[in-house]
Amino acid sequence: MNILVYLETSPNGLKRSSSEALTAARALAGGSHITGIMFNGTPAAFNAAGEYGLQRCLNINDKIIEQFSNGLAAIAISDAAHAIGAKIVILSATATGKDIAPRIAVRLQAGLLADCVELIPSGDSVEAVRPIYAGKALIRVKPETAVVVATLRPNVFTARKTERTTVAVEAFSFASDKDVRTSVVVSTSQNMGTIDVAEADVIVSGGRGLKGPENFHLIEELARSLGAAVGASRAVVDAGWRPHREQVGQTGKTVAPSMYVACGISGAVQHLAGMSTSKVIVAINKDKEAPIFKVADYGIVGDVFEVLPKLTSKISAVTGRH
Amino acid sequence: MNVLVCISQVPDTTTKITVSPDGKSMNPQGVKFILNPYDEFAIEEGLRIREKFGGTVTTLTVGGESAKEILRTALAMGSDTAAIIKDEERQDSYIVASSIADVARSISPDVILFGRQSIDFDSFAVPSMVAELLGWPNISMVSSLTIEDHSVTAERDIEGGKETIEATLPCVIAAQKGLNDPRYPKLPDIMKAKSKTISEHPKSSAVRRVNVLDMKLPDTKRLNKIFGESDQELDEVVRLLHEEAKII
Repeated sequence: MNILVYLETSPNGLKRSSSEALTAARALAGGSHITGIMFNGTPAAFNAAGEYGLQRCLNINDKIIEQFSNGLAAIAISDAAHAIGAKIVILSATATGKDIAPRIAVRLQAGLLADCVELIPSGDSVEAVRPIYAGKALIRVKPETAVVVATLRPNVFTARKTERTTVAVEAFSFASDKDVRTSVVVSTSQNMGTIDVAEADVIVSGGRGLKGPENFHLIEELARSLGAAVGASRAVVDAGWRPHREQVGQTGKTVAPSMYVACGISGAVQHLAGMSTSKVIVAINKDKEAPIFKVADYGIVGDVFEVLPKLTSKISAVTGRH
Repeated sequence: MNVLVCISQVPDTTTKITVSPDGKSMNPQGVKFILNPYDEFAIEEGLRIREKFGGTVTTLTVGGESAKEILRTALAMGSDTAAIIKDEERQDSYIVASSIADVARSISPDVILFGRQSIDFDSFAVPSMVAELLGWPNISMVSSLTIEDHSVTAERDIEGGKETIEATLPCVIAAQKGLNDPRYPKLPDIMKAKSKTISEHPKSSAVRRVNVLDMKLPDTKRLNKIFGESDQELDEVVRLLHEEAKII
């Protein structure tokens, strides 16, 4: 069973979600059956992929792909899947993965298993478990097609290193119709110096209990002590205290970090929908009846203005981060 | 400029989900259904494009008879016409996308707008699939959109930042929160919308590609250890995070 894994690069190598995808692929098939595909792959990225057991990687270094285009990326990945006879194509459910996986599925006449939280080997194919209704239910889905495209929710599959392998890199050129009509990325802007909640391993979120934007330094300080990203509830984003990119919940981002710390957040259903699959949940709220405590592993009933500074210094003492 | 806006009817965000006796779908009893929240941005953007360039806005949904309700909302907001593709199940995103692509081929819009995701199945699949089926470009998670002549410039949200994307028309756009402030329909328009005709289109004959085997509610067992705000208790929380949860 051949598997093609689309690998997203980062400035220092491989995105963590791609390491997770490689680990998940290894659980389905032996290393010799797994091929990676990268766009403009770097030595750092190939090395990083080798730490997760990748033996063979296709690399596309095409002028046409310099300005990333979702339509062309889909053509390239589909062509590569044909070339290696892939039964399963795996991507991460990132902004890019979610955008191009449906196109690849159409091109390969494949069933799309979107945003999976579990992959289950099934004969010559794979079944998956995926959350629906914002995580309020889980469905097990089975493709009815010979080829399957699956996207994996970031932070759910654990990335595990294995005996380092040397990655054989092969240049791959795809037969793109140069007239294909597509969109291209003309520029990218990053929010400097912040970790995005969608990619963070730990998130500290603040809600209305903070009483005003001027008090969010308490959240930022706790986040620093944990090496965490700062998140926010819808109420404080709508009030203009924090930017929308930090919003966790139904109209914001769905996150699944190793630890989620909710501070002064009551826990409306819409907020819980975005974070309830976090591995460990800590809640700080002065109202002991707040719904957030029902989903918390560790709840602290208290005033955030009292608790946050104390908790920050106690955690700093353990982590050494200030 | 002709715009096709595709919307869907979803359970209200506060709905408590229970499983149907068939073991693989949501029990619809007692559930309030609403217009998918992101689709409001898509409808609003469609109306703004018409206000700027002229043309018509057609709103389309895929669903059962009750989904006509959200089409009436779109009509009340200002959509010129409304259409439904009858598909009660609506579980297979490929069939939904194929049905929409069929309608798009017959009415040849310049822009197709969606909400960034439908909050029931959360697959983020249909807009990109429709674009691929039509051979069009698509831009997802769009928080800012400018159309000039036949070119589209859009900002889309990505992890940790934004991308600026260019494409040509015709194009598929999936709207993110922040794109605009959707208008509220006025009472007389709500009344008028009730008597407008809704046309019906056939469901695609495409074959199902993914089957649902079963549906479960998540196992939400949490430790539920509750502490006070004293120094000793906070020390205990930090100790547990370190030794029990092994997270710090």
